[in-house]
Amino acid sequence: MSAQTPQPAPQPAREGARQPVLSVRDLRVRMGTPRGVAEIVNGLDYDVHPGETVAVVGESGSGKSVSVMALMGLLPRTATVTGTAEFEGRDLVGMSDAQLRTVRGNGISMVFQDPMTSLNPVLTVGRQITEGLLAHGDLPKRAATERAAELLGEVGFPDPRGALDRYPHQLSGGMRQRVMIAIALAGRPRLLIADEATTALDVTVQAQILELVARLQAEHGTGVIWITHDLGVVAGIADRVLVMYGGRCVEDGVVDDVFDAPAHPYTRGLLGALPARLGPELDAEEPPELVTIPGTPPLPTDLPPGCVFWPRCPVRSDPRCEREQPPLLEVSRPQVGGRPAGLPHRAATWCSEGRP
Amino acid sequence: MSGYLLRRAGQSAVVLLGVAIAVFALMHLVPGDPVRLALGTRFDQAAYDALRERAGLDEPLPVQFLGWIGSAVTGDLGVSFRSGEPVTMLIVERLPATVSLAAASILVALLIAVPLGTLSALRPRSFVDSAGTVVSQVGISVPEFWMGILLILLFAGVLDWFPPGGYVPLSEDPVGWLRSLVLPALTTGLVSGSVLTRFTRSSVLEALGADHVRTARAKGLPARAVLRWHVLRNALLPLVTVTGVQLAYLLSGVVVVEIVFAWPGLGLLALQAVQDRDYPVLQGAVLLFAFVFLLLNLVVDLLYSRLDPRISA
Repeated sequence: MSAQTPQPAPQPAREGARQPVLSVRDLRVRMGTPRGVAEIVNGLDYDVHPGETVAVVGESGSGKSVSVMALMGLLPRTATVTGTAEFEGRDLVGMSDAQLRTVRGNGISMVFQDPMTSLNPVLTVGRQITEGLLAHGDLPKRAATERAAELLGEVGFPDPRGALDRYPHQLSGGMRQRVMIAIALAGRPRLLIADEATTALDVTVQAQILELVARLQAEHGTGVIWITHDLGVVAGIADRVLVMYGGRCVEDGVVDDVFDAPAHPYTRGLLGALPARLGPELDAEEPPELVTIPGTPPLPTDLPPGCVFWPRCPVRSDPRCEREQPPLLEVSRPQVGGRPAGLPHRAATWCSEGRP
Repeated sequence: MSGYLLRRAGQSAVVLLGVAIAVFALMHLVPGDPVRLALGTRFDQAAYDALRERAGLDEPLPVQFLGWIGSAVTGDLGVSFRSGEPVTMLIVERLPATVSLAAASILVALLIAVPLGTLSALRPRSFVDSAGTVVSQVGISVPEFWMGILLILLFAGVLDWFPPGGYVPLSEDPVGWLRSLVLPALTTGLVSGSVLTRFTRSSVLEALGADHVRTARAKGLPARAVLRWHVLRNALLPLVTVTGVQLAYLLSGVVVVEIVFAWPGLGLLALQAVQDRDYPVLQGAVLLFAFVFLLLNLVVDLLYSRLDPRISA
């Protein structure tokens, strides 16, 4: 394989040579809006292997949520999705709604950002778990209730049977997110998508939820896509990270590789914008200034012709940047015994060397 | 729950008392002497004084009020100046006509509003939505009397399917009752239905955009189950309130429609009482309307706490 061709790596990070549970190729999402066609996702390629956690990071509006909603067929009718997304060998793109329905909540589950609004306020917790179970299997109702209680126990409810009859408003945010996870786990999914699942929670609860998902993932070998803008979460739980900007993957690779040696100016900006928590700066008289990336992300209806990051880029070391979109190229590849092994670290930039 | 109920009933009683005072005060503030009017051309001072005394109008106002409200509590709303009949009886006589019309109208309204509003919300800017919008705008804008006249012209005049007016009591002739009910109920039902259609549409549209609907779809529920349990179930809540208000309005007598269809309901009774300065009848009718309104609001609140676990007592 030439290092110059933008190709997804064939091997998973941890699990040996197992087949990926999800394989996304050239995924694109377009949506008609009053202000023209919005190009929200512009060619994503990635694999998720069983037991692996892939973090997708980026600012709001970078297309990260839309890209996973597209997999689930949860986008409005105005959206056009192209490319392929093979889940266990079946292409999700272009599946009929009836076919997708058998995958949703069964093969692939989702946990959403806001547990306050993601549960139906007028139905009991038990009902909201069992309806998913009943929709997918010919389980008798009693067995579904049993299973729901079991799931609530699994996600850490002290009194699962009593919790079945509670309404969402009677639970705290953390407990509601546990209910969401119980709902997501009901169908024993092979892929779990967490869309900013801990963003709305306070830090201690966030840690509990991350721990819970990690435990369940280890028990069931679930592949996880974790969408977040919290780089701390990425460092804590992810095997690989995919940095999105303007609907594209601008950099991806094993978390340590990307965080230790970010190649794309945008990734460097993101990491630079993290407030320093450790190190000598904290002892200094004046705390270090917060670094930000000036400007705002491009509108999906009005993407720049060249590199999507060009308008905000502090480097711009290559004249091609303004006119051409740089391809996603391999930056480095872990070596084992002198041979390339594992996943490459890739970035879509010509400016890796021109570090400011 | 019973504590909540008691508190709400107490509040309603206070409001009702306020309404009673206001109505009573207003009756005595408006110009025009009911006794003179009742006597008509047979006026002489002795008869005038006698009638005033008999009606208790020579007493101080607070005494009059306490007397009236005291007997109102026991169901005695006094005697009509005009006919001399007990007000309670006059009202009870009119009740079946009003209740039939209100119930039938709200039924027509809901049968139009719920399917049309839901379809419009599910397919915004589709043909159904645009047609629904136009029809309900027309329904809201067209005056009831004109709608009533058009319906009479078509269904009573040209087609001769239904009688052009009049009320047939259910106890006398169930088929005739139903036939006499169709046109007036359609008239008020179309108007109420137009309001409710707009309301259902926005309510369903809002429910559709809720995050938990996305959760329900992500669970892999069939579209029907998502609609039934996660959209309509939630959109129903605000609809209950508006339906309650509409029903209260219909029960307070729809004067114009009652005139067009010669419908002997409470609206006509109140109108007649106004023209005759028949205080006891008017006071009784207004008090009843206020009572019905408060009662329906109470029922809606209770229903709400049943439907929405967040508002439990």
